[in-house]
Amino acid sequence: MPTRATRSSTTSSVTDLDLKDPAQLNAGPVATGAHSALVSPVDIEARNVAKSFGSNPIFDNVSFRLARGEAVALVGANGAGKSTLLRCLMGLIPVTSGSVHLLGEETSAAKGAALRTLRAQVGLVSQKHNLVPRLSVLSNVVHGFLGQAPGFRHWSHMLAPTTSRSAAMQALEKVGLADFATRRADRLSGGQSQRVAIARAIVSGPKVLFADEPCASLDPSAGEDVMALFFRLVKDEGVTVVFTSHNIEHALRFGDRVLGLAHGKLQLDATAASLSHSDLRGLYD
Amino acid sequence: MTDLSPARLERPSAVSFLGYMLGLVIVFWCLAGAGFSLDKVISAPPRFADFASRAFPPNMDPHVLTRLGWKMVETLQIAVAGAVIGVILSVPVALFAARGLIAGPAVNQIVRTILGFIRAVPDIAWALVFVVAVGLGPFAGMLAIVIDTIGFCGRFFADDMEGTDKGPAESLTATGARKIDVVACATIPAAMPAFVSTGLYALEKAVRSSTILGLVGAGGIGIELKVGFDLFDYPTAMTVILMIAVVVIAIEQLSGWARTRIIGEQK
Repeated sequence: MPTRATRSSTTSSVTDLDLKDPAQLNAGPVATGAHSALVSPVDIEARNVAKSFGSNPIFDNVSFRLARGEAVALVGANGAGKSTLLRCLMGLIPVTSGSVHLLGEETSAAKGAALRTLRAQVGLVSQKHNLVPRLSVLSNVVHGFLGQAPGFRHWSHMLAPTTSRSAAMQALEKVGLADFATRRADRLSGGQSQRVAIARAIVSGPKVLFADEPCASLDPSAGEDVMALFFRLVKDEGVTVVFTSHNIEHALRFGDRVLGLAHGKLQLDATAASLSHSDLRGLYD
Repeated sequence: MTDLSPARLERPSAVSFLGYMLGLVIVFWCLAGAGFSLDKVISAPPRFADFASRAFPPNMDPHVLTRLGWKMVETLQIAVAGAVIGVILSVPVALFAARGLIAGPAVNQIVRTILGFIRAVPDIAWALVFVVAVGLGPFAGMLAIVIDTIGFCGRFFADDMEGTDKGPAESLTATGARKIDVVACATIPAAMPAFVSTGLYALEKAVRSSTILGLVGAGGIGIELKVGFDLFDYPTAMTVILMIAVVVIAIEQLSGWARTRIIGEQK
């Protein structure tokens, strides 16, 4: 099972860097901060990000940089804005002020085809698996290619090119569900559905993966399995992972780094190795 | 012992009382406008009994049954063809009518207004329009069913798509899928059970409508009903009424069975 210890030997953080010029992003390796002596480009950067819904502020002045291959746990109490921040990072909802750079592009400035091209390098695993219930497991996984290869060929596994079908089957094999390829998605258990969602997220080889409480709707045992599987699949690929979780144990075990949101601010940004359970519990007070 | 329980009836406020009175006045006004007559209500049963005595037994002459049977087949052909084409055309129309899918609010509003206009015009009026446009016969009836089905299904398909779980669509959007791909892969499959249910109801509605379109020359068995009454051939008219009832009930049963089979499967 991959743990923080195994991951942190290969990843790094750039928390304490002070890049002023966006052009520097992804321009090449940058010096790393406290976590590691290794160098990595920055995949995600939030600069003074604020988000409010109408007159209801969610958070403000959130800034951080995430290096390639880093696994970052985003923690905080209910309503702290974890999921909202995740959606801002993906460009699914606009930020109120500040900017988000994803893979070197500013998501708030990208629109239309440019934004889709950016998103095509990203995967999402949600709290609820979000599979299309009446379609087969294989078709759901094939949908993971829609960003990179839009069009009707990826609407269903029956229409999909052979290469896509093969890749989807390989992804299903990785999550241990190749035998379920033709089964309807709504006939799977919660744990199986979440594994199919992981297969859909990784099938196109994304550079960044977002996971919004991926095991919140699962029982503890299935949740452990899903988290372990998720990180086993992404750790060797150098994929940057941002996941939200209420599970302190998961945040410390699977994250290289922990970001904590509380009272509308980023209250915590530290390596998982430097934190204890009690440090994180403070975020929930 | 003092009774502390609340009053059984609460005295309405003056405004409520006026509202009730106004409602009652409107109902009586409508009854007067509709020519409601208690005398006619009382005298109707004997007249209805007289009609029934002249209509029964229905005309079971084989030649008449064969002729009416073929007219009923034509009626069903009008209904099925019209409903199927109407349902198919309703899908793209509904995509433009549904809020937050592929079109902006202005387009949504325009398409919904057009669908509202289509629904506001009765199917028999559409049949009259198409008789003028394409001439007498079943084709005019089929076109009337098509347009009536689009008005009905276009609106409900749009509502069905708006009401689907947004989660799958968001997951596909997050991976860079185009709107049209998201709709095809997430929204339409999620709304499919509702589409099937609405489509089957549209078929039932089309069968009921197609039986009377013949009254205005738009094909189907309705013309036989009109001729039967015009010629005081009540036994034949009764045969037509019974055939319509049997076919409509059979279609409703079949539709209910299909609905359970198709939609029930997902549970």
